Amino acid sequence: MTAILEALDVGVTFPAHGVGSKPVHALRSVSLAIQPGESVGLVGESGSGKSTLARTMLALMRPTSGRVRFEGKDPFQARGKDALAFRRAVQPVFQDPAASLDPRMVVRELVAEPLRIHKLAEGASLTAKVDALLERVGLSTNQASRHAHELSGGQRQRVAVARALAVAPRLLVADEAVSALDCSVQAQILNLFRDLARDLGLAMLFVAHDLAAVDFLCDRIAVMHAGRIVEILPRGSLETDAVHPYTRLLVASVPSVGRRLPLADRHLGASVDSSGCRFRSRCPYATEVCASTEPSLAASRSGGVVACHHPVGALEAAALADQG
Amino acid sequence: MASLLELRGLSVRFPGPDGPRIAVDDVDLSIPTGSILALVGESGCGKSVTASALVGLCPQGATADATSYRFGSSQLRMADAKSLAPLRGKEIGFVFQDPEAALDPVESVGSQLVETILAHGATSRSLARERALVLLREAGIPDPEQRFRMVAHELSGGLRQRVTLALALAGDPKLLVADEATTALDPTLRLGLVAHLDSLRRSRGMAVLFVTHDLGLVAHAADAIAVMYCGRIVEYGPRDQVLTRPEHPYTQGLLESAPSLGNRRDRLPTIQGVVPQLGAFPPGCRFAPRCDRATEGCRSSMPESRRIGGVDVACFHPTSEPEVQVA
Repeated sequence: MTAILEALDVGVTFPAHGVGSKPVHALRSVSLAIQPGESVGLVGESGSGKSTLARTMLALMRPTSGRVRFEGKDPFQARGKDALAFRRAVQPVFQDPAASLDPRMVVRELVAEPLRIHKLAEGASLTAKVDALLERVGLSTNQASRHAHELSGGQRQRVAVARALAVAPRLLVADEAVSALDCSVQAQILNLFRDLARDLGLAMLFVAHDLAAVDFLCDRIAVMHAGRIVEILPRGSLETDAVHPYTRLLVASVPSVGRRLPLADRHLGASVDSSGCRFRSRCPYATEVCASTEPSLAASRSGGVVACHHPVGALEAAALADQG
Repeated sequence: MASLLELRGLSVRFPGPDGPRIAVDDVDLSIPTGSILALVGESGCGKSVTASALVGLCPQGATADATSYRFGSSQLRMADAKSLAPLRGKEIGFVFQDPEAALDPVESVGSQLVETILAHGATSRSLARERALVLLREAGIPDPEQRFRMVAHELSGGLRQRVTLALALAGDPKLLVADEATTALDPTLRLGLVAHLDSLRRSRGMAVLFVTHDLGLVAHAADAIAVMYCGRIVEYGPRDQVLTRPEHPYTQGLLESAPSLGNRRDRLPTIQGVVPQLGAFPPGCRFAPRCDRATEGCRSSMPESRRIGGVDVACFHPTSEPEVQVA
């Protein structure tokens, strides 16, 4: 099967600014392939490179090294028809819909705009298409004549999703698309994404810091740390089969009734190491080899892959989760 | 246990084009000395306004009033915001969501702390400096001597939030208000800060009012939980009871709609609709339009709070009672 969208050995380096600062390696040799109809989650702390990877795969940011492939072709080289086809097939949904919706347009115009740009419908068929899209994302016809500022955050996010869906994409790239929403609305939008993936066979790259949301939505979860993917797991295996100590730490940080609090904050003020395994100074299992050699990805017991010299065993994993 | 803070009948109104809009409506709070109360709710429910009303810092134009307000041994007048000024810093300390906004971008962490300690009545600069280092350590900051000289942008987000905590502790408050203090932090640091607040209240005997929208987070430290919706407290009781046997359909809905690890669900249960905006609260029970247990009575009259098994619930049809069949 050919992947829809693929990152191959992608590196992104931001140049140094001013005296004494060093270049930032936001992504280091990251490879990730999204198959048709597959939803992939991207998790990690802020600064781990999740958004940079999403922007690179959207071809909004040129990688310093490595390649991005859309159905086998380079989207950065695409011109004319090919470029338009890529922009149709891969649609972004961002965290703040208010920032991406024209404040002077009403919902109906906002949803019709991409259909016009891509010349997909006009006249009566345009109206019918917009109505179908609004219904698809759960907006009523009386909301169609409102401006973005008259809608709630959840409704605005539905408009952003309707705009993305308008051009019949094959892949949605959602960067923290539910994090700004209220808890009760978050569940509604997560269900909407789930329905879209299932009913339309949409593939999805879902970037979020909320592990539980990603685990609900995605078939595979990629964990990023310091610009690299350190573990990839199948859905539902985070709690039981995560073997990277960093993934275990993220799992232990998900609040839940009955889980004990950590005794001390080991991670506060801990910095990212600049060589070897970047996680080692926060890692309880680090040894000499972690300082000298950066681990590469290898098969793990979850059925996914992990980049760690000392992957956590089942018993240790339970103890670690208890410790927090 | 004697309560540190007793507040009865708090209301806060904002001016609107068609008359005042009620943001906080008849709220009672009671915080025992050294305890943690979590005030939970979605955006626009009035939780932050309630917290800032405690020290007379409601947003401009808003008017606050209360039937009675006692802090420690003093009876206070909520309507007279100026009279509440002495509480700030000394009795009630605040930590907010955004440490960048709370810290001076050009002054060192240390000199901001020293300045605050002097304002709270320290007699000399050198004493204030010593105290500043103690506070930084107490706030859980590693290597305080080194960080003393740093400017806010040189610190990570987690450390910056700890600096604002040190600032809030400078006046030795008896109550610390953490208003979404963990929201902007990475998940890996959130529980750490909650644990730290929990240990601080033990070592200092300080009470904490934890304002947040994250019900899961308060599971770890709160003694009691108050759930707010549209300016009213709809459920108020001991933590375990509220989290494991919620009485109010809204509390239940919030708990169920949160995705959790290891729970293989195909769909998340949701609360239909959205939180109404200020000034557009529905008549009767404000949750009725979104509630699947609501009856005609819910849409016409407002439920008063009543006690059910140790929890105060403002609902005509709490979850422990059989659902009324609507024809």
